[in-house]
Amino acid sequence: MAPRSDTPPTPGHYDELRDDAGKVRAHYEPVIADLQRRDSAGVKRLSDTSRRLLAERGVTFNVYGGEQGMDTPWHMDPVPFVISPREWEGIEKALIQRATLLNKILVDSYGPQELIRKGDMPAALVLAQPAYLRPCHGIKVANAKPLQVYGADIARSPDGRWWVIADRTQIPTGAGYALENRLITSRLLPEVFRDARVRRLAGFFRQMQQSLAGLALRPVAEPRVVLLTPGPYNETYFEQAYLARYLGYTLVEGEDLTVRDDRVYLKTLSGLEPVDVILRRVDDDFCDPLELRNDSMLGVPGLVRAVRAGNVALANALGSGLVEAPALMAFLPILSRKLLGENLLMPSVATWWCGQERPRGEVEKNIERLVIKSAFRVRGREVHFGARLSSAERSKLVERMRFASDRWTAQEQISFSTAPTWEDGRLVHKPVSVRVYLVATPDGYMVMPGALTRVAASLDSPLVSMQKGGSSKDTWVISEGPVENITLLSTTRTPVELRRVGHNLGSRVANHLYWLGRYAERAESSARLLRSTLLRCSPESGMSETPLLLPLLEALKSLGVIEQVPEASLLAANQEQIEARLLQAIFDPAHPSSIRSSVEHIQRIGILLRDRISVDTWRVISQLSDALDTFDNTPSVTPMSDALNVLTRIILELASFHGLAKENMTRAQGWMFLDIGHRIERTVYICELLLAGLRSADAENPSLLEAILEVGDSTITYRNRYSLLPQLAAVYDLLMLDELNPRGLRFQFERIDQHFEHLPREQNSAVLTPAMRVLLENSTKLQLCDPTELARVEAGTWAQSQVAKLLTQLIDAMPSLNDALTAAYFAHSIISSSDSTPAVEPISPT
Amino acid sequence: MNYRITHRTTYAYSEPVAVSHHAARLHPRVTDTQRCHTFHLKFDPEPDLLTEHTDSFGNLVSCFSIQKLHNRFEVVSRSFVTLSPVLQPDPSQTPPWEEVASLFCDPVPVDLLDPCQFVFRSPLIVHEVPLRDFAQPSFKKGRPLLAAVADLSSRIYREFAFDPKATTISTPLDEVLEKKRGVCQDFAHLAIASLRAMGLPARYVSGYLRTRPPPGKPRLVGVDASHAWVSCFVPGFGWVDFDPTNNCFTSLDHITVALGRDFSDVSPVRGIITGGGDHTVAVGVDVEPVDA
Repeated sequence: MAPRSDTPPTPGHYDELRDDAGKVRAHYEPVIADLQRRDSAGVKRLSDTSRRLLAERGVTFNVYGGEQGMDTPWHMDPVPFVISPREWEGIEKALIQRATLLNKILVDSYGPQELIRKGDMPAALVLAQPAYLRPCHGIKVANAKPLQVYGADIARSPDGRWWVIADRTQIPTGAGYALENRLITSRLLPEVFRDARVRRLAGFFRQMQQSLAGLALRPVAEPRVVLLTPGPYNETYFEQAYLARYLGYTLVEGEDLTVRDDRVYLKTLSGLEPVDVILRRVDDDFCDPLELRNDSMLGVPGLVRAVRAGNVALANALGSGLVEAPALMAFLPILSRKLLGENLLMPSVATWWCGQERPRGEVEKNIERLVIKSAFRVRGREVHFGARLSSAERSKLVERMRFASDRWTAQEQISFSTAPTWEDGRLVHKPVSVRVYLVATPDGYMVMPGALTRVAASLDSPLVSMQKGGSSKDTWVISEGPVENITLLSTTRTPVELRRVGHNLGSRVANHLYWLGRYAERAESSARLLRSTLLRCSPESGMSETPLLLPLLEALKSLGVIEQVPEASLLAANQEQIEARLLQAIFDPAHPSSIRSSVEHIQRIGILLRDRISVDTWRVISQLSDALDTFDNTPSVTPMSDALNVLTRIILELASFHGLAKENMTRAQGWMFLDIGHRIERTVYICELLLAGLRSADAENPSLLEAILEVGDSTITYRNRYSLLPQLAAVYDLLMLDELNPRGLRFQFERIDQHFEHLPREQNSAVLTPAMRVLLENSTKLQLCDPTELARVEAGTWAQSQVAKLLTQLIDAMPSLNDALTAAYFAHSIISSSDSTPAVEPISPT
Repeated sequence: MNYRITHRTTYAYSEPVAVSHHAARLHPRVTDTQRCHTFHLKFDPEPDLLTEHTDSFGNLVSCFSIQKLHNRFEVVSRSFVTLSPVLQPDPSQTPPWEEVASLFCDPVPVDLLDPCQFVFRSPLIVHEVPLRDFAQPSFKKGRPLLAAVADLSSRIYREFAFDPKATTISTPLDEVLEKKRGVCQDFAHLAIASLRAMGLPARYVSGYLRTRPPPGKPRLVGVDASHAWVSCFVPGFGWVDFDPTNNCFTSLDHITVALGRDFSDVSPVRGIITGGGDHTVAVGVDVEPVDA
């Protein structure tokens, strides 16, 4: 029954819900009526459903240094923020005017600079700003619209007026979250959503697609637009991936792009594909390490040159962060009259720039009721609330403000209006600010009829920030007439265009999948080998199996899993030491080839591939490290039996990983690279294991051969076939030459060969690729290997046999295979440069 | 005075590099007292793409890319330059420093917009209160600007030790101030930060310095290096260069290559590579005086 008895309004704040007479405002009525129809438990269910839907859809954001760090769940209050048609009309008009104004200031600042020449704007507002990118001065911007997407943070003061509290002109974030909030509320409150004539968001995004396509400088029918992300560690990575999918753009990181001949290309498996427009989420100064900040690798080297040459367009244009400066707000009224001949329709929060003497004096006088902050938007900017400073702190701040006065600005604090919000079983009033989004159109700007409303954690919290634990709301702009119904999300009615092949796989993603395959197999094979070794050095066996232990330890050493192997005669004496090393090889994060290191690699790559792997696969990856976290790497703490359990768990988890990959991934390029990585790693592992056996003095000892079969997971196959004590020739035949044994060498080569046949290579080329050549050469050697020769070798000369030589050659060939793959598919080093069109085209993508 | 200058930059990579992009500022500037007769760039291997543009400080930038596998790359610039003596105003006749500083308070007259951009902080020079405290003793009340500058230069020269091991390109200024050691780049940054802390424009000059062999010894070839010094603005006269590393105003020994707010605006060769493992860069400069 709670919704009826909301808490009393807060004095000193505008109440969005009720008018002065205490009556619910007309535009809020449908929502409130809907809530009142539910009991308290019903509204709580809404909250819970909202949380569940968001979690199911994986809506997250990353809090830097926060407890949950990556994947902090996104919070959305189920009660939307509602805006009346008349009110919205005013907001729309004012923000279109503001976007037009800011765009003009940008065009002037990066062009003739008339505004600072004529003294209409202080020179420092351009020249002193870190956001002013000198290398971009004089670059002609497509359609003279550097500001393509604009976000304005607005809030309402106690007298009911709206104010702009911040401008986002560089990479306005949050439109994707607004869209996500909308999808959730329309499912939570379907009836009222339909009946209340809520304006739809899709038209805005359709305009965005058209506007961005219109920026293309090449005369092509379907320009390629990509969304450039700083990567999965970025605060709003989820939103970026979501928007890219929604808008139909390829999500790329700097590494996916390359500049050749002053043009931007996307690196794909089939070669380089030209890019026309980049919607970027990478900061201005991080976009090109060559001409901008050189300590960042998030961008694309040479990008500024490509922009300067007029070969690629960016949204927003490089350097557009310039007009985000809080100090600029102090001059917008004058600039609006100057540039537009109009008064500013919506005021900015009252702002003083300390670079001028008179305003600075006023700031010093009124410091206790002002917010003092950096004049420009810079990383690590300072914010001081005058009211909260001691008098000593105030005078220190005043001294700093006098010293480098142009760097400081002061703003008034606004008491934000409060909106009804569901909390702890009742409706409470929470301060809100609203981020409104605009996109450029051929003749102006279009406003998204909706917004991202952010809710402050508490009344006295001066900042509204998702980073600091706030929440969000869907924003309902009410339409006067009927609502136009469009959506960009495919519905059942609009048939999906059937596609058998996804878009051409990016080289970076292919590279990650390849290494995911390698590390997964590395972890599994090491775990198998370690398990068999531990079993044979357990105290129960009284080290009686020491002769057999030695070859296994040698194999571990060749694979880099352990560093040293003691002399055969010292094995028994060094049992504790050996056990310690084996535990290290499992648990030690500092050891580069330990299982834990491999698992950490798997997780790291998993994060990089987050939008490509299934939720279940991600779960398996998490469980891998859970298995390791349970134990310590000190032998005294972790008994051997526990270590054996851990290894078995790891092996089983990896089996589910491979199983998921095998059953859930389409046999497209991504899967091929995962599997190639897997096969190459397994080849190395089988070869090293067999070689260590051959080199051992006990090469023919049936117990050793049994161990090799066990590690090679081929015991059952062998028993089925021979049902007698293992013999060397038969064991080696099974593990090397039998093309039906998935744990054998032949099988690995055939699989890689099948993949190579399907990977793109140079068109019309009858010539084998370098990778194919390496593979063919070595698989031929393997096939020509005579199984009878295996049986003919004299006892004691196994280490010098043809078989041993062949195994050594195969081990040596794997790095060459790796390099050839890297050159052809990941680094694109073999693209000829004389021709600006990509030289490589797909031959038969599957 | 004529100079034949060779500037060689060699990159060596431990693994083949697929693509490398470079931006070079190696072309000597043309000024009232400096002429550049010839300028050539030689590459090995030849770049696949070479373009030139002028940056916002008037420096000529050569951009080049190598788009085939390479293990090493070398760019050599050769130039022939003539210097004529620089006319220096009498320091005692220059206006008091406060008067100059006041010209750069808002609103700044339009004809001072160019020097004005050198008053503010820049990527490598964030002047804070400690820098002002360091500069203050040189800027006594009413002191003529260049007299104050000369004093600042001699204090840096006296109080700081030249020590190539003490700092790197990324050592922050307050650390230089604390250690009292560094190289020409640090001293130039320190002088610029001091001037800016007093509200005065100052810019960074990169170039070459003629080195004189000890008496009776032959001149060694290729042992010279890039040098850096400072330019300060004297209203009514223009920019006056001084070299805090050698405590002098510049004249016939300093060859100007590029100007900017700090080193980050003028680095002679900047390169970004894709692929490749470790890399090393070797730089050799030769400044040969030539009789006219």
